[in-house]
Amino acid sequence: MSTARGISLWGLLRHVLLLIAAAIVLLPFVWMIVTSLKPQSEIFLSEIRWWPERLHAVENYTKAFDRAPLMRFLLNGAIVTVTIFMLQVLIALPAAYALAKLRFWGREAVFALVLFCILIPPQATAIPVFLLFHHLGILDTYAALIVPFTISAFGIFLMRQFFMTVPDDLVDAARMDGISEIGIVWRVMLPTALPALTAFGIFSIVAHWNDYFWPLIAVNSKELFTPPVGVATFRNEEAGTDYGPLMAAATIIIAPLIIAFLLAQRRFIEGITFTGMK
Amino acid sequence: MAMFELTGVRKSFERTEVLKGVDLDIADGEFISLVGPSGCGKSTLLRIIAGLEDQTDGSVRIGGDVVDGIRPADRNLAMVFQSYALYPHLTVFNNIAVPLRMRRLSALQRLPLVRWLVPGTRSAECGIHADVEKVAELLGMRDLLHRKPAQLSGGQRQRVAVGRAIVREPRGFLLDEPLSNLDAKLRVHMRTEIAQLHRRLAATFIYVTHDQAEAMTMSDRIAVMMDGNIIQIGSPDDVYDDPQDLRVAEFIGSPKINILEGATVGEDRALVLAGHRIPISVSEQAGRSISVGIRPEAMRLASSEGALVSGRLAHKENLGAEVLLHVDVDGQSAPVIVRLDHGGARSIRIGEMIDLTFAMEDLRLFDKAGRRVGAKAAQKELAYG
Ligand SMILES: Nc1ncnc2c1ncn2[C@@H]1O[C@H](COP(=O)(O)OP(=O)(O)O)[C@@H](O)[C@H]1O
Ligand SMILES: [Mg+2]
Repeated sequence: MSTARGISLWGLLRHVLLLIAAAIVLLPFVWMIVTSLKPQSEIFLSEIRWWPERLHAVENYTKAFDRAPLMRFLLNGAIVTVTIFMLQVLIALPAAYALAKLRFWGREAVFALVLFCILIPPQATAIPVFLLFHHLGILDTYAALIVPFTISAFGIFLMRQFFMTVPDDLVDAARMDGISEIGIVWRVMLPTALPALTAFGIFSIVAHWNDYFWPLIAVNSKELFTPPVGVATFRNEEAGTDYGPLMAAATIIIAPLIIAFLLAQRRFIEGITFTGMK
Repeated sequence: MAMFELTGVRKSFERTEVLKGVDLDIADGEFISLVGPSGCGKSTLLRIIAGLEDQTDGSVRIGGDVVDGIRPADRNLAMVFQSYALYPHLTVFNNIAVPLRMRRLSALQRLPLVRWLVPGTRSAECGIHADVEKVAELLGMRDLLHRKPAQLSGGQRQRVAVGRAIVREPRGFLLDEPLSNLDAKLRVHMRTEIAQLHRRLAATFIYVTHDQAEAMTMSDRIAVMMDGNIIQIGSPDDVYDDPQDLRVAEFIGSPKINILEGATVGEDRALVLAGHRIPISVSEQAGRSISVGIRPEAMRLASSEGALVSGRLAHKENLGAEVLLHVDVDGQSAPVIVRLDHGGARSIRIGEMIDLTFAMEDLRLFDKAGRRVGAKAAQKELAYG
């Protein structure tokens, strides 16, 4: 019946429920964008106004760019997240390959340690790492923002799980063909693992783009601020209660992620279903 | 001199011993099959020859050189896997080109983009191109070269795997159940193709299979493996006609050889089988039980006077060219299978009594431990079995 009439009653109800849930999640986000378009006088009205009477977008967005080096923050964000991800891949793939495909003494113990490391929250190690970096003298540099995240236990775990599904015969065929072990990681495992790697890439980049806690601790110079830290200080120092430009700045720093996600959406979903992480 | 010489090869995984001292000599250009039930250690032995697995003990020589500890790629062997193991992200062309690129190009010449700046890359790539085309021609898959493995059928993938193996002209080919993922019809066709390929390349083939028919149809010699040992090795005819072990007799041949329970009696150690005294003298003490093997095609219909075995016809399988009769014989656990030519036993119906006979020289006798036992005719000095 449902196919004949298009939607059944249950189907309709399901969609209504999903729409309500989506609305709850999206509402603050929509409110941020709407606020970024309003003049100051319309922001604090007692009524809910979904669209400003007087569009103040140009003013708010130029003010946001004027008052804080937003482009610099965005650039910092890009440098930090992309470098972190590349280093994570550089370390996680060989490690995952060894854990999945090589037989060596203590392999299970090492894998158990990797799982254990996933459980450690980054906040727990923040102070020791801070002190370590202080002694090394690399606080307040890009290195301080990047180095703590270069070894991703989660990345090793995720890629190891994926590599377990790659047939052993493929690895053996590569060995017969004369590809070295490290060559197998990059020439055979990496291309077959692209969906999983994309999924990991998105998790990693989103997490570090939005990270507020560590950059706040690790750097002091404004030139090194990542977008969330930059916008937060922007609120404290510059904007006061000027919420229009603040919301405009927030919108700007989120935009790259949204755009990237929309572009990679299909691969992302492929990757997640592929790795069984749904 | 043998191309491959295996001496006392043992392999244990943790505590279980998978290979228990395998000795095997393989001549240059020979097609040899390792056949046996699954789990008997065939793949492990092949992987040890390939260098993908280290033996626990014993040594492997290839072309006279001990290769223990030498990397798989440096042994100059090619392997075809049951799952084909094609690189899923590469086209057929590139799949076949990989072993050539790994041999003929330096590490720098294999880097993306940078490679074209290194002198010699272009001419080496030209040579690779020509060789891949030649192999594609040989295997009749020129129009598949630009497809990815996911776009190929099972038979085509199998062909690509063979192409990747032959392209670099290795010293020997190792094939691990290359046909078992194909459907029955294609499997029979590919048997012929692989046998022809062997003749054309005149290279050594070591072929692992659990399918005795594949081994029988393609090989110069068959090595039958059971429980980590090679228990018999010989030409297909040898292994079929003259099995030295009950397990070999039962494994080789389809339908399976009939095994009847018999015993030796009396001073002349005659054989008693299903209540009949068979006039042969067994070289085994009297009073011992004997397993008597008779191939289905050695069984013949008899008149009731000449019957050596009789039973009730339980089932008839008409295969067109031949008919298989399943006969329940009193005192025997499994039905006796009789193979007759087309049109045989047409008048006999299910449930009727049927009388069977066989020639004495078609008997294969085994003792309790499954070892072959000799026998000779009671009067004449003719030895057989
Ligand atoms: N890597 C391994 N670790 C532990 N046991 C193994 C390993 N490889 C094979 N085996 C065991 O060795 C035995 C023989 O395996 P294999 O050589 O693959 O048999 P076949 O190819 O004849 O079917 C099997 O019992 C199998 O479980
Ligand atoms: Mg096997």
